[in-house]
Amino acid sequence: MKKKKLIVVMVAVLAVALLFFSGCAKKPQVIKIGFNIPLTGDIPKVGESSKFAAEMMKSDINSAGGLEIGGKKYKVEFVYEDNEAKAESAVSVALKMIEQDKVIGLIGPDSSKQAIPAGEVANDNKTPMVSPWSTNPATTLDRPWVFRAAFLDPFQGPVAANFGTQQFNAKTAAVLFNLDNDYSKGLAEYFKKAFEKLHDAGSVVDYESFGQNDQDFSVQLTKIISTKPDFLFLPVNYNKVALVLPQAIDLGWKNPVLGSDSWGSAELVKLAGDSVKGDYFITHYAAAGAKGATKVFIDRYKKKYGYVPDDVAALTWDALGVMTTGLKSMKELTGNIEKDRKALRDAIAGIKSYKGITGTMKFDKNGDPIKSAVVVKVSQDGQFVFEKAVNP
Amino acid sequence: MFTSFFQNIINALQWGSFYSMIALGYCLVYGVLRLINFAHGDIFMVAAYLGFIFITFLFKYIFVGGGVSGWLILAITLPVVMFFTSVLGVFIERVAYRPLREKGAHRLYVVITALMVGLILENGNLALFGASSRKFPAIIHRSVISFSGVHITNLKVLVIIAAFVTFAFLQAIVNKTKIGMAMRAISYDKFAIPLMGIPVNKVIVFTFILGSSLAAVAGVLFGMSYPVLNPYMGMIIGWKAFIAAVVGGIGDIKGAFLGGFLLGFIEILIVSFFSSNLKDLISFLILLIILVIKPTGFYGVAKSTKI
Repeated sequence: MKKKKLIVVMVAVLAVALLFFSGCAKKPQVIKIGFNIPLTGDIPKVGESSKFAAEMMKSDINSAGGLEIGGKKYKVEFVYEDNEAKAESAVSVALKMIEQDKVIGLIGPDSSKQAIPAGEVANDNKTPMVSPWSTNPATTLDRPWVFRAAFLDPFQGPVAANFGTQQFNAKTAAVLFNLDNDYSKGLAEYFKKAFEKLHDAGSVVDYESFGQNDQDFSVQLTKIISTKPDFLFLPVNYNKVALVLPQAIDLGWKNPVLGSDSWGSAELVKLAGDSVKGDYFITHYAAAGAKGATKVFIDRYKKKYGYVPDDVAALTWDALGVMTTGLKSMKELTGNIEKDRKALRDAIAGIKSYKGITGTMKFDKNGDPIKSAVVVKVSQDGQFVFEKAVNP
Repeated sequence: MFTSFFQNIINALQWGSFYSMIALGYCLVYGVLRLINFAHGDIFMVAAYLGFIFITFLFKYIFVGGGVSGWLILAITLPVVMFFTSVLGVFIERVAYRPLREKGAHRLYVVITALMVGLILENGNLALFGASSRKFPAIIHRSVISFSGVHITNLKVLVIIAAFVTFAFLQAIVNKTKIGMAMRAISYDKFAIPLMGIPVNKVIVFTFILGSSLAAVAGVLFGMSYPVLNPYMGMIIGWKAFIAAVVGGIGDIKGAFLGGFLLGFIEILIVSFFSSNLKDLISFLILLIILVIKPTGFYGVAKSTKI
């Protein structure tokens, strides 16, 4: 009987000791960053690109001994969570990483459709977030905790309108966009406004949309073709491009098509095949003909994963770059996650200019970078060839 | 104006064909078992993937050099995919529906099981193939026939013909053959029929073979027409086709067939006359009004012989 009591006491002592030691270990030895990315769902290649780029940077940092903050080195740990390319999942994933994983900051979501609601969660919970790919203004608007690495749609829309006017000698245009997608809908509106300002009020001769799960666009395309526009502006995700373009060709479409940065996936040519060749799209960087740090990144990525990194990969690299620059300029890590998050936010907001692989970014007061866009042409062998750079 | 009108009629015929073919699958199973087989849209998705796998296999190991007619490949692919899809359909019936039926569970539970089977198929596919969209190989060279501004491809003609042929074939089986009579009989009274010496389970298995083969034809043709495959592609089109079958009068083959085309035409005409932003809103409002006026659908008869 006595023996049993002794064991109970010993176990209790041990448990208390463990608790005590774990309490001591509260000072962080690693920095946790959360990734809110689409690993499944509609655009899984986007999530994969983000993850691959992040893994590359993680091994860079950790093999150099970690990030130096206030004279002390910390290893980094990345938490990848799948938001299934759904707005509601992006919200729950963000909450989970903020509350359970206690990440210091969030990278992602990539697309505006998820970044807009997830940005609200990050802002409300006072956690810094950097979206790599989101271009819709609402993501960062009035949200001091949210930043991004991509240019904005109010800039991209006029770029598309100007480029189409000059390149195709266009006087009229048609738009086909995805109604269920904040990004696509917003960009279509900015384009329409800019194009009608350049020409006249009726110069966007047709303005059509479809739903997220639609696969047949024959009627929209029939309508567009019957209005005979000089070119079609198609701000939709790459998987939809692969459905729209062959149907357009079947219905007798012969004019050029101009896409937006959502085309810029390594899978575009694989899915769309010949139908996309010869078309143009606006994007964040052109892999073909890159120089300097951009080329180093492209070569390393290609060697490691076997394909040329798309713009999401490059932007994730830059988004992480912005966050780690912020981390490095912090004075110390206190171990109090709320204090550290606040310090990180202030540090990121303090970055005046950052030289990334997708161009130099200067940040405005909303946390949005001012940077240039490029237009690329899909060549006959499926490369994205640099056509033109547009500065803001 | 007239050219786009005729163009849209062709668009609607082709799009409606897919709804019809899928709606027929719902209708067959419902007609015999009174079971809404919610997994049907996902069986359709699996069929498209099976087509993708088999054609890729053909190109990789059998017709390595190419130069084989696309029609020959299609002629080989269709029966193979139909066979494997039928195996899947029968397997689902055997493990998910029959045990419940034999335990005398209420039909509602079987419907829920069907929903779960659909989710299992989607997520199983996700686990197996990953989330990336797949490109369905282009086997038939698309040739565009155009006359005075109206464009139609050989593939669209094929799809429309396939829908009519499958419909005629089903009509003939259900109305003209002995097994068709047995199917109608089960739907009439499933308790008295076994007493007449009709092997109910065999007839049900046959129904599932028929329904799955139909999904296979639709799946392969869909893959050829809309060559981007993903695990969720069958869900929404399946639901819509189910609604089409209900509006046509579920349980009646003619009804399902017409319902599919009706939905195709409504969707396409709304976009061509109003705005594409309102497509689903208006088309389902119309279907709702039809159902409110005639709850049994066009051909459905309240609680009597249905198939």
